[in-house]
Amino acid sequence: METEFTPLSSLVGGMLIGISAVILLITNGRIAGISGIVSRILPPSIHRSELSQGLLFIAGLILAIPTWYFIDGGMPVQFVSNNYLVLSIAGLLVGFGAVFGNGCTSGHGVCGISRMSTRSIVATSVFMTTSFLTVLFLRHGL
Amino acid sequence: MRNFITLVTGLIFGIGLIMSGMTNPAKVQNFLDFFGNWDPSLALVMGGAIFITMPGFWLVQKRKSPFFEKLFHFPTKSDLDFRLLLGAAIFGIGWGLGGFCPGPAITSILTGSKGTFLFVMTMILGMVLAKSLVVTLERNRDV
Repeated sequence: METEFTPLSSLVGGMLIGISAVILLITNGRIAGISGIVSRILPPSIHRSELSQGLLFIAGLILAIPTWYFIDGGMPVQFVSNNYLVLSIAGLLVGFGAVFGNGCTSGHGVCGISRMSTRSIVATSVFMTTSFLTVLFLRHGL
Repeated sequence: MRNFITLVTGLIFGIGLIMSGMTNPAKVQNFLDFFGNWDPSLALVMGGAIFITMPGFWLVQKRKSPFFEKLFHFPTKSDLDFRLLLGAAIFGIGWGLGGFCPGPAITSILTGSKGTFLFVMTMILGMVLAKSLVVTLERNRDV
């Protein structure tokens, strides 16, 4: 599906993500890495001290769609593949890779780069490259 | 108060993801498709976020501690290990394949899309598997 270039809403949306990450750091002292926040409250080795704040942050994320619907009057545009097998494999790889590599787009890509972390800069370069190659293979069969 | 702030912080993050277009897998895949109908929007999402977090984090770190905790919890590792590289490579393949990363997928769980729900469930399974593997690897290393 074709999508339009949305410079303004993408920039403002990105800035909101940044504002949220700064608030989380100054209040809870945590890096806003979503895979980290989610995985720390999953078994094995659940971090009990992070359970309540982690669940509240996730609840906030989940409330964003109903809030958006309430303000905007419509659902945001989403085009999700109907190939359930591919989506299941993709989910498995995203979850496994993010936790095994200690971070995802938010933790490494935004927060880590902002802290000039070498690990995050390398991780972001690696996942950008493999995601680009995956789409290249998927769409152009190369 | 703390609980309310954390909830709203998550809400702001989610609204940012929706507004930016990150919750639309097609938009993510079009960003990654230089040789198709390339949509550069996501570069602005990352740019917009870093534009705030880079000076923001720097300012916050001038404090000795955050408001509600004794200390900041920053990642402590600094070496480039096998786990980081392999994990990031696998993550990228999944991200390209599904067009969802963890934040947008969890944010979209109430949209009623079966595919999205399935993605979140297998993502959580993948996280539990990775955590279990890390625990095993670290136990063997310590022996």
